[in-house]
Amino acid sequence: MQHPSWPDTLTRVPYWVYQDAQTFANEQQRIFEGPVWNFLCLEEELPHAGDYRTTFVGRMPVIVVRDDDGEVYAFENRCVHRGALIALEDEGNARDFQCVYHAWTYDRQGQLKGVAFKEGVNGKGGMPKDFCMQAHGPRKLRVTTIFGLVFGSLSDEVPPIEEYIGDDVLAKMERVLRRPVHVLGRFTQALPNNWKMYAENVRDTYHASLLHLFFTKFGITRLDQAGGVVVSESGGNHATASIVERVVPRQEAYVGQGFRSQENEFKLRDPSILDTHEEFGDNIGLQILSVFPGFVLQQIRNCVAVRQVLPRAIAATDLNWTYLGFKDDSPEMRRVRLKQANLIGPAGYVSMEDGAVGGFVQRGIASAGALDSVIALGGDNAGSETFRATEASVRGFWKAYRKYMDF
Amino acid sequence: MDDLHYTHRINQLNAEYARCIDDDRIEAWPDFFVAECLYKITTADNHARGREAGLVYADSRAMLQDRVAALREANIYERQRYRHLTGVPSLLSQSDGMVAVEVPFIVIRIMRDGTSEVFATGRYLDQVVEVTGQLRFRERIVVCDSHRFDTLVALPL
Repeated sequence: MQHPSWPDTLTRVPYWVYQDAQTFANEQQRIFEGPVWNFLCLEEELPHAGDYRTTFVGRMPVIVVRDDDGEVYAFENRCVHRGALIALEDEGNARDFQCVYHAWTYDRQGQLKGVAFKEGVNGKGGMPKDFCMQAHGPRKLRVTTIFGLVFGSLSDEVPPIEEYIGDDVLAKMERVLRRPVHVLGRFTQALPNNWKMYAENVRDTYHASLLHLFFTKFGITRLDQAGGVVVSESGGNHATASIVERVVPRQEAYVGQGFRSQENEFKLRDPSILDTHEEFGDNIGLQILSVFPGFVLQQIRNCVAVRQVLPRAIAATDLNWTYLGFKDDSPEMRRVRLKQANLIGPAGYVSMEDGAVGGFVQRGIASAGALDSVIALGGDNAGSETFRATEASVRGFWKAYRKYMDF
Repeated sequence: MDDLHYTHRINQLNAEYARCIDDDRIEAWPDFFVAECLYKITTADNHARGREAGLVYADSRAMLQDRVAALREANIYERQRYRHLTGVPSLLSQSDGMVAVEVPFIVIRIMRDGTSEVFATGRYLDQVVEVTGQLRFRERIVVCDSHRFDTLVALPL
């Protein structure tokens, strides 16, 4: 496809960027394997030496494993011999990793340690004498951890994670993840759209009260509630928050505009789903936080989860949900979190629509590759705001994306 | 209790449950449960590892009624239907008028554009009780075989 030039503003995004095979391929090199930090897993998921998980950096399969020295290592899940996957399970504990194809063996740091029949059989065959195992190994990632989250990078140039995320967004991350976490459940939501549509959706404070009726009806968040959006200097990372109490008087902003989301107030028969314990000490009832390219931390009342956005194909994305509690939760608090989990995930009162709306866009733009979307709410800036009737954080994503992709 | 007779009644219960959802009469779906119940949708992996969270987690019939109200009045999803097929139930145990039953299921999803595909497979882990002559679920844990759910789970499984 011949790309028309990218409009010279952050308020327009051309639709070919969600459709083009070459762009999809370039994203793997320039973004996921480029100078970014990719979320890999939680430290909590690797408590002991030998514990490992398999995941992805973009499309690249990756093994994340804790070694005897207590450090977490990550390397490409690809045998250097013929390219087969080295580990086939989602998680487990391993002394070392052996490829099933020809039994080449790797240690927990991704070093090639054994080659079957290296010396041949009965003096015949075998590898060349000058074959150096040290010179052959799957690509290794730099690994860093912060607040119990494990991130990896293929780049030597990416700045330290704190600097990469930025102070403002980092502080929002810390307020949620001060205590050791406990995994309550894992689910994958298969999204029928390009990964960037979900990255935008997460950063889109505009849609929340309009698409998600459940939110609006029960006052969990509205654009006229107090809150704001923080966008990192790079544009790629953001946090948006709203205060749980309706401290800003209810505005007339919604009334009389005929939004679907304002019709038919209805009441819950069992409102215990909205019982909320103030546990973060700041009355922030909702916070959505993203780290470029594919990490999301979410706190909706007492419902905490991390989401990992992984591209599978141009128009197919996996959204991996990990529902979290904290190790010091009382049984009562655990129950509160289990009930509030009805808000999120593939069947979430709030989140289910996000699984579908990207597909609506992907299908809607089928023949619109030469046209642009309009992202102009709140002006053309991509910085922090003290209000949320803005698409600043969506523009922030594109600001970062264009820099990595050189668009 | 006579197992053969009881199995027949369980089969009827599951047939009615499936017809209720598949015929788009989900307002009647909560009536298959007692007032203090547990309905949860989870995955085989979470279930095996003791991870408690569900995609849907309702510990009262009122929460199931709220689910229906939200699906009818709040949530946005493309028009779709399910076709539930349930298999032969295994009666696992019984005590104090409660029978533990496992039933395999398959759900085909039929989308607005005509696409029909296997949406979910798994097993129901049920605790069934008799209330005024009717079998009702005190607990129905929907253990899906796969951890991947396409787009969204709108209707009940």
